[in-house]
Amino acid sequence: MIEIKNINKTFGDRQIVKDVSFKFFPSKTNLVIGESGCGKTTILKLMVGLHQLDSGSVLFDGLDFPKLNQDDQQDVRKKIGMLFQGGALFDSQTLEENVRFPLDMFTDLSLKEKLDRVNFCLQRVQLEGKNGLYPAELSGGMKKRAALARAIANNPRYLFCDEPNSGLDPKTAIVIDELIKDITHEYNITTIIVSHDMNSVIEIGDNILFIHKGENWWTGNKSEIFHTTNKELFNFVFAGEFMKSVFKVQNK
Amino acid sequence: MLMMRVFKKPQKWSVYYKQIIFEIDNIGISSLPIVAIISIFMGGIITIQAAFSISNPLLPLYVLGFTARESIILEFSPTIVCLILAGKVGSNIASEIGAMRITEQIDALEIMGINSAGYLIFPKIIAAIIIFPFLIAISMFLGILGGYVMGISAGACSSYQYVYGIQTYFDPNKLYYSFTKVVVFAFIITSISSYFGYNTSGGALEVGKSSTKAVVYSSVLILLFGLILTNIFLNH
Ligand SMILES: Nc1ncnc2c1ncn2[C@@H]1O[C@H](COP(=O)(O)OP(=O)(O)OP(=O)(O)O)[C@@H](O)[C@H]1O
Ligand SMILES: [Mg+2]
Repeated sequence: MIEIKNINKTFGDRQIVKDVSFKFFPSKTNLVIGESGCGKTTILKLMVGLHQLDSGSVLFDGLDFPKLNQDDQQDVRKKIGMLFQGGALFDSQTLEENVRFPLDMFTDLSLKEKLDRVNFCLQRVQLEGKNGLYPAELSGGMKKRAALARAIANNPRYLFCDEPNSGLDPKTAIVIDELIKDITHEYNITTIIVSHDMNSVIEIGDNILFIHKGENWWTGNKSEIFHTTNKELFNFVFAGEFMKSVFKVQNK
Repeated sequence: MLMMRVFKKPQKWSVYYKQIIFEIDNIGISSLPIVAIISIFMGGIITIQAAFSISNPLLPLYVLGFTARESIILEFSPTIVCLILAGKVGSNIASEIGAMRITEQIDALEIMGINSAGYLIFPKIIAAIIIFPFLIAISMFLGILGGYVMGISAGACSSYQYVYGIQTYFDPNKLYYSFTKVVVFAFIITSISSYFGYNTSGGALEVGKSSTKAVVYSSVLILLFGLILTNIFLNH
């Protein structure tokens, strides 16, 4: 479990994250949703220490991560898999080398075992056979999926995904959502997904944190979200005509 | 601060070892053509220049070979060639690491629990310290060869005189002095450029700026340390 307590972050004179507290549970797909620019990515980066907190704490199974020394932080991070919003694949390495990288670094597996693992991960994100391509030769959606394969390569305990299915077609987006949900349940991972895609919310919203202007505005799950009386959340959920019609059908 | 992280015990030697081999190729071998071309031409120019200046018939012609050797070994190869390498290797390192910074590749390394400074910078510094002396040795050889070819073909001296010249009054300590400088310069170029690349923030524009800064600062430091080292050696 990961728990954030009263975290705050200011960039310059703009307070981006305001006193947010929340619990992310293992074996659940925990969603952080909200409109563009509300501070989702910032919260994710605060949790893993890529931004420094102004105040508050982030507990990884009880360990206050930001207060650990560098070596202990590194040990926690070896258990983290992270999918960046932009992919962040290593340009100088092929797809296979990218996915193999965490294995090379932290395991003593034989090359054969590593390659088996790489091919298994690539197959799960539907990129089998693309081993030799460089990131520059992949499409935007393929990069996302490749980055997800790298994030799950070394069996993480905590999985952070920043918009895993933005830029994907609806069919592939669902495949990726399902994949994240499956591995979360299979391996008892604490998974945190940043999203602004309502499809994902319906598919995999076990435990949802809605951020509005940097604040914890609403929490709940996918069935509660459609009966919300919260004005901002309502506007977020029912921004599109499609969701409105879905809602009407449901309430008939 | 950054240097402390760079020289922390590597997390996995086999991976670092592979990186060093890769960087030796990337930094060193790929610089061979430019080093070769510049050395041959500069060697030739130095010899021709010397031939023009020595119009005094009392001076023996083998002085040409002697002058070419002295200037190439002492200053031209270690300093000028390292300045050229600061331009080529320095901008290359700074833009590579800078691009990794702005596309979050460095963050990705950190998240995996990897000491990104160590993983990215250490192999480059070690590779440069290993390969630069070889590059400079080749440069010295080609420079003297270039002087020979130009000297003969311009009719400034005979083959025998030049070869005799490059062998007279040879002090091996000077080689020691030159190669010490090269190792120091290799360290300056790689560490300064890595520093500016690593601390890039913003977008593609800032990567360009980091790379310019890397070249300017390493060049200035090369000249400064060249001066300091010359003083130290002359006083001993
Ligand atoms: N390094 C930074 N320096 C200054 N301001 C920043 C920085 N990173 C983010 N911000 C600001 O923080 C705010 C929130 O950004 P963030 O990336 O967290 O949004 P987001 O919710 O992830 O949006 P999106 O859904 O578009 O990805 C933005 O207004 C942005 O300008
Ligand atoms: Mg974001």
